[in-house]
Amino acid sequence: MPLTNELRDDILASVPSLRAFAISLSGNGDRADDLVQETLLRALANIDSFQPGSNLPAWLFTILRNLFRSDYRKRRREVEDSEGNYAKTLKSQPGQDSHLEFEEFRAALDKLPQDQREALILVGASGFSYEDAAAICGCAVGTIKSRVNRARTKLSALLYVDGAEDFGPDSTVRAVISNNG
Amino acid sequence: MKDVKPKAKQGGLNAEIQSRIGHQLRAMYDDVVRQGVPERFADLIRKLDPPETDLAANKDGRD
Repeated sequence: MPLTNELRDDILASVPSLRAFAISLSGNGDRADDLVQETLLRALANIDSFQPGSNLPAWLFTILRNLFRSDYRKRRREVEDSEGNYAKTLKSQPGQDSHLEFEEFRAALDKLPQDQREALILVGASGFSYEDAAAICGCAVGTIKSRVNRARTKLSALLYVDGAEDFGPDSTVRAVISNNG
Repeated sequence: MKDVKPKAKQGGLNAEIQSRIGHQLRAMYDDVVRQGVPERFADLIRKLDPPETDLAANKDGRD
């Protein structure tokens, strides 16, 4: 469909969640914003292929996810060449305990296989249904369910396998919220 | 856009741990969502005029 003002507003309204998805996938804010920019340019260039009335966020997330995956394959080789510089960008701003806890969660998330990480984010954070997540990832609904379950199992093993009581669930939430200000 | 409800099928996973993971995941995500739309993207989308509006504007006298 043509780029109407309404559609443009809808795309704009999707930007915050596209950024959250990109940052959750890549663990790197600058790279995430490049991904979002590329996604928007592609979406606008291919707006004619968007079906009116279909799920715009799912369409945009599909573009971003595919861009990330093709980009990821390229970068993986670069990262292997550059001795973990990418890993360093993941551990910014050490300091407060609560922030450290957040970083631990982030690091655990990054240890998940990519298929599981994206499934968990789409269903557990973006709020997509299993059906939408399956469409975004181009796989069966059952596959998404099993990836989400495996992601949860692995995260709990990484984070809480011992000393589960050391972590306060609310402290992380508070820390992230207060760091926001 | 609804919450994921814990199901019995999630095996022997401790429900409390699962709830913590859910909280942490959403906290990380929502922190970015709350940042809104950076000017860079608002500009980018604003600057791309819909082609049909351009045509109409040109016909009716440009502005």
